[in-house]
Amino acid sequence: MAADGGDGMTADVAVLGVGMHPWGKWGRSFVEYGTAAARAALADAGLDWPDVDSVVGADTVRGGYPGYVAGATFAKALGWQGARVASVYAACASGAQAIATARAQILAGLADVVLVVGADAAPKGFFRPAGGDRPDDPDWLRFRLLGATNPTYFGLYARRRIAVHGDTPEDFALVKVKNAALGALNPYARYRKRVTAEEVAASAVVADPLRLLDICATSDGGAALLLCSLDFARRHGAARPVRIRAVSTVTPRFPNTVLDLPDIATDSAVAVPAPDETFRASIARTAYEEAGIGPEDLSLAEVYDLSTALELQWYEDLGLCGEGEGAKLLREGATAPGGRIPVNTSGGLASFGEAVPAQAIAQVCEVTWQLREVAGDRQVAGARVGITANQGLFGHGSSVVAVR
Amino acid sequence: MTRTRTPAVSDWFTGEGDGFRLLGTRCTSCASVFFPREDSHCRNPHCAGGALEEVPLSRTGRIWSYTDSRYRPPSPYVSNPELPWEPYALIAVELQSERIVVLGQTVPGVTVADLTVGMEVEVVPGVLDEDAETTWTTWQWRPTGVTA
Repeated sequence: MAADGGDGMTADVAVLGVGMHPWGKWGRSFVEYGTAAARAALADAGLDWPDVDSVVGADTVRGGYPGYVAGATFAKALGWQGARVASVYAACASGAQAIATARAQILAGLADVVLVVGADAAPKGFFRPAGGDRPDDPDWLRFRLLGATNPTYFGLYARRRIAVHGDTPEDFALVKVKNAALGALNPYARYRKRVTAEEVAASAVVADPLRLLDICATSDGGAALLLCSLDFARRHGAARPVRIRAVSTVTPRFPNTVLDLPDIATDSAVAVPAPDETFRASIARTAYEEAGIGPEDLSLAEVYDLSTALELQWYEDLGLCGEGEGAKLLREGATAPGGRIPVNTSGGLASFGEAVPAQAIAQVCEVTWQLREVAGDRQVAGARVGITANQGLFGHGSSVVAVR
Repeated sequence: MTRTRTPAVSDWFTGEGDGFRLLGTRCTSCASVFFPREDSHCRNPHCAGGALEEVPLSRTGRIWSYTDSRYRPPSPYVSNPELPWEPYALIAVELQSERIVVLGQTVPGVTVADLTVGMEVEVVPGVLDEDAETTWTTWQWRPTGVTA
């Protein structure tokens, strides 16, 4: 059965609308950011809110109870209209899980039009665990026993790259320079100033070897998608919509031998040998297999640059280059605008700061604008295939492939 | 007044001085080792699951990677807000015979400038923090041969 007119793919859903609330530190409720993004996505799709069959909210753990039931919170704020609802949480991968849930409903025929929304209002300073004494919670334990903030894990990964691959702090700084220049062109980014390598090098060390400008901030923001079946898109007059062709939400395989947030130790590989590929590499491979493409088919990639060094890691995990060649790929300009495979044309987390449940959705917004060729000064010429990738703590993979 | 010495986390380590060890558990069926300890069921998906027995982990290992904390971490980490923040290093250590990487703080006085990936370190008892009645103890990593 060819649901979209002949190419044989039956697992696509259409991205009919996208919307974002600008990232920043606005000091307001996540509900406000999420509903603003939802309204923008509805307007972009040319749909009215009562047309929506289902709402999937990506949860925030920072908004109290309304944050845990984000789907219903947004539905109520937009005005109860009877849509079915779901709320999902997967840390940084929450947005991708929301997209996966929406897609499953559409492909199962349970809904024609699904609104996906994620939004967060971030505190000042480091993320911290939920309150109370909870010695059975690894996230609580890593703070209590080690004071191991998220940036310390980023520091461990960065130092490991320096030791194993010969990356330098100057390589890391070049990631920030690239992403800041792109963020300067993005009206939704929080940081819109270009940054020099000298400015990165002059910023304070947070978690050796990473400096303040190597590490993403935490932000307020909201992002939304209007997803629908290809039939609905056609009936709605969208002849050639951007289509989501794969959503990877895989988990690690035992033994997971790369120290992962928020864990204090890896799995032991003494009884079972470590898998041939790392968890992060499996996230992308699964997306490629589902979409029937490979890294050579990509026009662009949006990856989770929690730190500058992690962006280089993603180059390798996405197969854009061989292991240990991420810095070389960057230095060649392959991942910059005009390069072979531009990465983080949105400006990335370096320019946005992380609004956890919104971020994986925002990645798809950027890919959608690129595939529609409406990304303005950030546009990748002739963009046809885009991928997003991220990883949520506690073992959540997230990758979306979109095509046009 | 003497403070009581109490582990900051129960049953993760034992002993004093050279006898100090991290404590994990091992599946009696497949021999997978777990730290932090797994007491209910083996997490190897290919194992039907045997009894889990407590095992001391290797005393020494090699640095997989390291970093430090230049800013005061938030609670539940305990530090005195009235004192200037003193950065400390964190080391991820690979234990060869268990094929596991375990994170820990370094002993006081060791900084990232003293460390390299691959360096041998040993586990030693340390103090996490103190309150009026209790000295909360923990494990720390120390480059081997350093006695300070």
